[in-house]
Amino acid sequence: MSEHIAEGRNAVDRPVDMHVDFCGVSFQNPITTASGTFGFGHEYSAYFDLSKLGGIGVKGLTPTERQGNPAPRIAETPAGILNCVGLQNPGVDRFITEQLPYLRQFDTNIIANVSGNTVEEYAQMVAALSDADAGQGVDLIELNVSCPNVKCGGMAFGTQPQMVEEVVAAAKRQAKKPLIVKLSPNVTDIAEIARAAVSAGADALSLINTLLGMRIDIESRRPILSNTMGGLSGPAVFPVAVRMVYQVRQAVDVPILGMGGIRTGKDAIEMLLAGADLLAIGTVLFRDPCAPIRILTEMQDWMATHGVRSVRELSGAVEVRS
Amino acid sequence: MATQELCRVVHREELAPQRVRLILDAPSIAPHAHCGQFVHIACGEARLLRRPISICTAEGTQLHIVFQAKGEGTQWLAARKPGDTLDVLGALGNGFAVERLGTAPIFIGGGIGVPPLLYAMRCAVESGATPTAILGFRTQEEVILASAFASYGTTLVATDDGSYGLPGFVTTVLQQHLAPTAQTVPTPPTTGIAACGPRPMLQAIATLARQAGIPCQVSLEERMGCGIGACLVCACALRDPAYETGTRYGHVCKDGPVFDAKEVVW
Repeated sequence: MSEHIAEGRNAVDRPVDMHVDFCGVSFQNPITTASGTFGFGHEYSAYFDLSKLGGIGVKGLTPTERQGNPAPRIAETPAGILNCVGLQNPGVDRFITEQLPYLRQFDTNIIANVSGNTVEEYAQMVAALSDADAGQGVDLIELNVSCPNVKCGGMAFGTQPQMVEEVVAAAKRQAKKPLIVKLSPNVTDIAEIARAAVSAGADALSLINTLLGMRIDIESRRPILSNTMGGLSGPAVFPVAVRMVYQVRQAVDVPILGMGGIRTGKDAIEMLLAGADLLAIGTVLFRDPCAPIRILTEMQDWMATHGVRSVRELSGAVEVRS
Repeated sequence: MATQELCRVVHREELAPQRVRLILDAPSIAPHAHCGQFVHIACGEARLLRRPISICTAEGTQLHIVFQAKGEGTQWLAARKPGDTLDVLGALGNGFAVERLGTAPIFIGGGIGVPPLLYAMRCAVESGATPTAILGFRTQEEVILASAFASYGTTLVATDDGSYGLPGFVTTVLQQHLAPTAQTVPTPPTTGIAACGPRPMLQAIATLARQAGIPCQVSLEERMGCGIGACLVCACALRDPAYETGTRYGHVCKDGPVFDAKEVVW
């Protein structure tokens, strides 16, 4: 057993309150996993107890199975990665029958993530997931209107306020679970998009998805990624994520699931101060499969040494110079 | 079973220019490592992604890796010294199924694809088979591990420029081995092939194996992320009749790195 894992085991006993209420759903701590970085949980269960997570954000789902883009799907960048996986997934029905029962054995919240090519597809998936009864179904549904790696849908929906309103309104009509709308950072004014999503009925917002980027192999003069461009994630995007969470916090009054480059407990605290209520851990998992537990422990240690009794005190508590 | 372990480097050795062997003390990983599996190693703070490195062999609690210092990550790894500690995930992936290669298997490696076959050849010997190795390198100075392979059975080394061993590619040597002429020493019919190396080499070997009706396993490479099957970046096209297109994307880190050659869409 590695030292990383052993440290994680002690995390639950710190004398600080990590509980978060998010859209009426109780989270034992604010740490969730970011969709697309955690599969359906199986792989990481070899490294830590998934019941220690506040929630699991599962791989993005589409109405039917998708094979995704050819390799190469990844390029390393300074403090980050570019990816163009292209939403490879088994489809929403197989998720419900094959993956959800497995995930439900863990004492944690399940956040489904859906992407469609049309407004109707989004609505259909939200309906299917709302009615899924494997175990207790899913706890929340995250609407991905911000994937940069698929030709239709995805980011095309999330970068125009009118499209956001249309897709969110259609999804909301079908939703029997809290609806989180995941925003794209590839916009000029994130607050405008946030307001559009909330006005159409979003119960919460999550941000940021990946930033559109590109790398070129200078020897072959060809793009490294098969899809030419891809989504940038990892510590490189962290300051952008903090800025956007802060701007969205100022603009709207719904809970925020903050993500984008969180690597340490201090990063997590910073994201909360910017305005997040709940956090998602993503790319750092590829470096450190036990990162969520390590980050949780680091947060508890920081809170204990700084006299912060409840993690809820931190959300939006940034003190901006007047 | 995969785990994360902080492993101490106990030995470092340069086998050839930029070809380094590290021996790691890995009591949680080494005893469970199968031939053809890999380890995923964090290579310094400056690089976010781990680097997948094939397992050359495992002995007791020790893990041997042999790799080429090619990019920044592997150059960092190559600069480790005895006493240094490495953050390692392993053993990962599906390795060679040596039991399906029969009593007279051939292990074929090209360049830095050679190391994982050493463990596979040892496993073949331990299971009672009489294996042969065919190892290919560009030139004499890149030849590695030839004597280690020779300790397990007949080992034929070829170099592209003919500077060491037989001249030419491993595929030429394989063809001669599969269809011996009157001049060559007769060998028992080949019962299986396991190969690791550049993709064109693997494709050529897969073709020869198919023509000869011999089972063939290949170890593939792809740019990797998590290394454990969650991020889905190391896609490889596989034949699958269950799909309308006849193919689907599997993942090198979890479904492989070793695949049945007949499964791979070349």
